Amino acid sequence: MTDLTGRTEDAAPPAEVPEMELFHAHSFLTKYVFCQDAKVIAIQYAGTAIAIGLVALVLSWVIRIQLAFPGAVALIDAKVYYQAVTMHGMIMVVYMLTAIFLGGFGNYLIPLMVGARDMVFPFVNMLSYWVYLLATLVLAASYFAPGGPSGAGWTLYPPQSILTGTPGYDYGIVMMLASLILFIVGFTMGGLNYVVTVLQARTRGMTLMRMPLTVWGIFAAAVMALLAFPGLFVACVMLLLDRTLGTSFFMPAIVEFGEHKAYVGGSPILFQHLFWFFGHPEVYIVALPAFGIVSDLISVHARKNIFGYRMMVWAIIAIGVLSMVVWGHHMYVSGMDPLFGFFFAVTTLAIAVPTALKVYNWVITLWRADISFTTPMLFALGFLVTFVNGGLTGLYLGNVIVDVPLSATLFVVAHFHMVMGIAPVLVIFGAIYHWYPKITGRMMDETLGKVHFWITFLGAYAIFFPMHYLGVLGVPRRFYELGETAFVPDSAHLLNVSITVLALVVGFAQAIFFYNLFTSLKRGKPAGGNPWRAASLEWQTPETPPGHGNWGDEPPIVYRWAYAYSVPGAPEDYIPQNEPPIRGELSS
Amino acid sequence: MLVALVMVLVVAGSLAFHFLSPWRATPIASNWGFIDDTVALTFWITTAGFVAVVLFMAYCLYRFRHQPGRRAAYEPENQKLEAWLAIVTTIGVVLLLAPGLLVWGQYITAPEGAMEVEAVGVQWNWSFRLPGADKKLGASDVRLVDGANPLGVSPSDPRGRDDLIVADGELHLPLGKPVKMLLRSLDVLHDFYVPQIRAKMDLVPGLVSYLWFTPTKIGQYEILCAAYCGVGHPQMRGTLIVDEEADYARWLSAQQTFEQSRKSDKGGEKSASNE
Repeated sequence: MTDLTGRTEDAAPPAEVPEMELFHAHSFLTKYVFCQDAKVIAIQYAGTAIAIGLVALVLSWVIRIQLAFPGAVALIDAKVYYQAVTMHGMIMVVYMLTAIFLGGFGNYLIPLMVGARDMVFPFVNMLSYWVYLLATLVLAASYFAPGGPSGAGWTLYPPQSILTGTPGYDYGIVMMLASLILFIVGFTMGGLNYVVTVLQARTRGMTLMRMPLTVWGIFAAAVMALLAFPGLFVACVMLLLDRTLGTSFFMPAIVEFGEHKAYVGGSPILFQHLFWFFGHPEVYIVALPAFGIVSDLISVHARKNIFGYRMMVWAIIAIGVLSMVVWGHHMYVSGMDPLFGFFFAVTTLAIAVPTALKVYNWVITLWRADISFTTPMLFALGFLVTFVNGGLTGLYLGNVIVDVPLSATLFVVAHFHMVMGIAPVLVIFGAIYHWYPKITGRMMDETLGKVHFWITFLGAYAIFFPMHYLGVLGVPRRFYELGETAFVPDSAHLLNVSITVLALVVGFAQAIFFYNLFTSLKRGKPAGGNPWRAASLEWQTPETPPGHGNWGDEPPIVYRWAYAYSVPGAPEDYIPQNEPPIRGELSS
Repeated sequence: MLVALVMVLVVAGSLAFHFLSPWRATPIASNWGFIDDTVALTFWITTAGFVAVVLFMAYCLYRFRHQPGRRAAYEPENQKLEAWLAIVTTIGVVLLLAPGLLVWGQYITAPEGAMEVEAVGVQWNWSFRLPGADKKLGASDVRLVDGANPLGVSPSDPRGRDDLIVADGELHLPLGKPVKMLLRSLDVLHDFYVPQIRAKMDLVPGLVSYLWFTPTKIGQYEILCAAYCGVGHPQMRGTLIVDEEADYARWLSAQQTFEQSRKSDKGGEKSASNE
């Protein structure tokens, strides 16, 4: 597996293409604002994603305050509530999680981890960010449009999303759709870059099967996103036409509050198919980069190679492929042909197998390891618990008949927050603590990091684990208020209050993270080039933070995989990927 | 040490919460006990998985924590172990899937002779239509909806004239008779949801969806909408009352037929229904 022989040529074939000259920026504006360096674009992407993510965090408090104390805050009426639900969901899934994993970590890590000087299309890469920023601004601006943002739920299901019974049906929904279209345009430019860079710009010796799993995860996610986002794109265009020009793609003949509308013959279910054709792969577009990153965090901080690397790669690919054919599990009770239920239940539960294998390999990596409980490691462990928990509740919702009583209840809300809210966000935090020293040259404070971890992990678990039980009880989601509902006992209200209090505490505790993030810029301990003693390539740059072009005069040559930890006979407990093989070092 | 302990406590706490939780599924009032059984089966299998994985992890965290002089083992892969894990997981998945698909097969196959009842959703009310003496529902079309014909029943279909129109959101059903609910929406998506019945299905404008169940318990149950349908979504309520046969017949005989409701509406609403 280490594929080591004594000779450089065996490990790293000669370069096939000569190096290309990079665009060298000279002015402040081209260096830090309209910048073509993937590392700067990464920070811009991540910064924007986190900023809009904070908006989503505040919106989640609006939701929680209303659910625990209905009517207590006069400002929160049904309209404001549904707008908050819609914007919270859409921001978190698309504008925060997708953007930060692919635009943020993808841009920073892909070139550094594969030994490239930059993305292959730096200008398009820059453009991708600015279009993303524009999309985010258009979305945020809908809060200032007459009638406010759309309150259609993040799934934007027609007919209600463009009818008068839904908040923001006049301007909000139009801005939402326009923003999504922009986002997809921007993402497509970035996504092509990530894919082509991984395929074409790897340095000498960096075979695909030597790439860190972080790159594999981001690469697979980018490919999936390029295939899945067009589904959302056409759905948005068609819905926009239905809304503005009165076409009937998704609109059958209907009577709206006694008034006959001019629509005829469209299919609301068609929208759901298109939406979830994007929407389910989207889950894995977020999850696969998180899988990859967490593999690397565990491996580095447990000083052990990731167990079953090849299986991990194939599992990523299998999940990527299968995730394109499971979208119907969001629609078991949508009124589509019920025979689909058989197909989608089988594909959905099949995807549990490669996913479970990944989980096994993560925990087996800990077996006979040398585990340091650093902050990044803690977050990786927190991910394992929340992901296993949320993944297993997916087996309820994926198995068509079990989904019937649970669908549209808080069980679903608890499930997807655990598996694609908390779990990936824990990975994002872990990744920031892990790579911050490379990005800034300084360490973040470990004590503050650990306090942040324990509050976030235990708090979030205590928010979402009990929420499943409200769903089992039958409490429906997307209810602004439960009112008098006989089957819901008063005790359920206590649970709602506890969830809200915890949500506020965990939310405010994020200030610890931001304090740490900003003060460490100046006051953090100097990190050196490779504080975690990691083997993968991004830690071997000649400068920290890496300069423009990443590698100084000569790009690195890679001789082995990214997981040469605790190799028997090696003097250190890690061997960097670019360290020339020692004569006689065994290949196994 | 501490980390491993907390992970054990997370497992213990989760289990304790489950067994002490007062929040359980509502007492079932239909034939869908099988659905509850599949939920229970899923609970046991997934709980076993959760406990095993997290406890194994906690053990590793305790046993293999960094200590001076420790060096990790080097084992890139173990194909035999990986194959075994894949097989065991596949068996677990099949155990979940097979009964699930069998029950789904029943769920989507309404028994012959089930009574057909239509539920119609509009923002934000429930209405119902029951067949008259001919045991058949007449044709309907949303384009026929007007003040005197709120459900769009076709006046030209003779089967529809004796259909009973229930506009007050209160549906009665007889105990122990299988019912096939035909679901129709006039505006946006809705979802017929009675927690105690377990069954659930969307109402989609432009098509007729269905679900079926047999009420097994006398009582009064809330009908909720489980597909977000605009600002009035939580207020879209109806009532399902499961009656003894005699009570049901009494209620049924008090309902207006389509023909009667049109006649009584004809006078005042003529101008409104003109279009």
